[in-house]
Amino acid sequence: MQKRFISLWFRHLTTDWLTLRRPELKDLPFVFAAPIHNRIIITAANSLAQEQGIFNGMAAADAKAIVPDLKIIDEIPGQSFKLLKALGEWCIRYSPLIAIDMPDGLIMDISGCPHLWGGERNYLKEIVTRLRSKGYDVRGAIADTAGAAWAVARFGKVKPIIEPGAQASALLLLPPVALRLEPLILERLQKLGFYKIKDFMNIGRSVLRRRFGEGFLLRLNQALGNEDEPLQLLQPVEAYSERLPCLEAIRTAIGIEIAIKTLLEQLCKRLHGEGKGIRTAILKGYRVDGHVIQATIGTNSPSNNVNHLFKLFELKISSLEPALGIELFTLDAPKVEDVEPGQEILWSPEDCSLEDTGLAQLLDRLANKIGAANIHRYLPQEHHWPERSFKPAISLKEKPTTAWRTDRPRPSLLLNRPEPVEVTFLVPDYPPALFIYQNKIHHVKKADGPERIEREWWLEEGEHRDYYQVEDEKGQRYWLFRLGHYEGGRPKQWFIHGFFA
Amino acid sequence: MLDTRKDIISRLQKDILLWQGFTPPPSGKPKDLGLGPIEAAFPNGVFPTGNIHEMMCTTPEQAAATGGMMAGLIAILMRRGGTCIWISTSRKLFPPSLKAFNVEPDRIIFIDVAKEKDALWAMEEALKCEGLAAVVAEIKEISFAQSRRLQLAVEGSKVTGFILRNDPRKPGINTCVARWQVNPLPSKIEDGLPGIGYPCWQIDLLRVRNGNPGRWELEWIDGCFVPVEKEEEPIYHLHERKAG
Repeated sequence: MQKRFISLWFRHLTTDWLTLRRPELKDLPFVFAAPIHNRIIITAANSLAQEQGIFNGMAAADAKAIVPDLKIIDEIPGQSFKLLKALGEWCIRYSPLIAIDMPDGLIMDISGCPHLWGGERNYLKEIVTRLRSKGYDVRGAIADTAGAAWAVARFGKVKPIIEPGAQASALLLLPPVALRLEPLILERLQKLGFYKIKDFMNIGRSVLRRRFGEGFLLRLNQALGNEDEPLQLLQPVEAYSERLPCLEAIRTAIGIEIAIKTLLEQLCKRLHGEGKGIRTAILKGYRVDGHVIQATIGTNSPSNNVNHLFKLFELKISSLEPALGIELFTLDAPKVEDVEPGQEILWSPEDCSLEDTGLAQLLDRLANKIGAANIHRYLPQEHHWPERSFKPAISLKEKPTTAWRTDRPRPSLLLNRPEPVEVTFLVPDYPPALFIYQNKIHHVKKADGPERIEREWWLEEGEHRDYYQVEDEKGQRYWLFRLGHYEGGRPKQWFIHGFFA
Repeated sequence: MLDTRKDIISRLQKDILLWQGFTPPPSGKPKDLGLGPIEAAFPNGVFPTGNIHEMMCTTPEQAAATGGMMAGLIAILMRRGGTCIWISTSRKLFPPSLKAFNVEPDRIIFIDVAKEKDALWAMEEALKCEGLAAVVAEIKEISFAQSRRLQLAVEGSKVTGFILRNDPRKPGINTCVARWQVNPLPSKIEDGLPGIGYPCWQIDLLRVRNGNPGRWELEWIDGCFVPVEKEEEPIYHLHERKAG
């Protein structure tokens, strides 16, 4: 899936917060300052102060000289982290994957989220307006990579949303500082006359590496999307996986059974608490000789029943070869779904319906041994063409949308492919008087038909079929058809397609 | 004297049936499967559900007729909303045709396996699942030991099983409660009318455990089995009568 990131930049994070706490500061220029190297240095300035030429890193005394009524407030250490954490937790309503981007931003992985707010434009607008209405001066940008979003949020002048794959062209006109580089490298770039990213984007990577080091290339690649950027998530998603290291290498089937049971019990306990069930699970065994063996199971419906899941793994144990022994077992559940708690049944029903858990467990066992592709259930389909009159159902719970038709006779057995038969019949369209199928002559005593079934021209080309239901002298009933209209001297026109009950 | 002896014999027979697991039907709840005269051939006069039946079909025509008759039986077994499992290696059954025999084709789960061995395994697993209405498996050959495994599974779960023996090489001996053979018969039509009548079969019970084998003719008319009215009195001598 295409990854998308949003970068939020709180331009005046701490000063906005203080303005919210102390509304009387709203119309005053004020700054936060902290002692650095025996000098009082400004660490954050509000927008009014910035308008008058005060910037971060300026000595407080100089600032006071420019703006005599400047209010200087001692910085609260760790305040911006606390604020960003709170803001990030608030933003979880927009996306579950949120990382703090010190000192004044948030990065959110929004892949698959914006459509819930009606597209990326509305999504970004919603976030920014909500935060602004709370009093935080925020800028945001969306791009394929966290680095590009970061750059556009802070330095972009054209548009905040960069289309998928367009991050390289969006970065061209931005200054090198947009790449989150270290001050030393920035200074060197400045000295060499690289004022825009486009100046060095196309220079050979080996040259850049020699001049500016590995860190520079990493940042460039991260912004362009050539390299993944790991995010430290605010609320990391805990994977459904369990580990079981063994003191001694396991070599027997019984040992593997115990390991699977232990792992399943641990995992199912957690799943049970969260109301989830396993759809697929992978058991991996790390062998002494360095190989990894694995077994995969799948279920039709989410399950956190240890016994049932163990039975599924039991079928696979014979395929696990421990060789010299297995040191470590891991059990991962990559696909987990909400389990529908079954209602306790007061009276056990006499018959189990399609929704029954017993049936689902049986099908799981069958599917894990012979493959889920070999289990079918059919639903009616609105087609006259016999081969297309039914379709495989997607799930056990899928209900037929149309009724099964009974108005026309249909044979009990249908040949996979119609087989040609030799036929004697009265032209042009009488039913056959006799036909030869598999070297046996059948004299037709009774017949019914024809039932003409046209080929669906929008699906395939070809001739129609005229179906006849015939009964021979022994009472055996067949379904024959003639392909197309009768034409003299054309062989292979008659076919047998099925047997009636 | 003669009456008392008959009484004793019938009582002993009932006892034997009880020991073999054939409980007489609880009075007031007749489990009529609508098979008409055939049901009388079974012990206690009840079609044995919770057992395995064997259907012999040598030709595809017989298979089609058997499929029809069995679908009628399954429809009755499934009438309380149960599910049926159909296991086969080379399936030719046309699902939409089942609706004509009152079976909802979407309530049947088809399992296609590659080998006979897998079919037997799948059938055993399915027979262990309590509450299934019926399990059908198309199996060519089954040994005595294999059939005993299936019988053990059935005894625990009370599921009815059908083994469709398409093209069997030899009938063999197994633990199935009954061995059926269904042949198509010419359909009956009102005199002179064109077309084909209702499905009509000759049903042979070749072997019935504790029952009486026999031959019957049935028609499938409007969703139920109807015995064929005979014009003349045919006398069938059962050469193939075998001990149960």
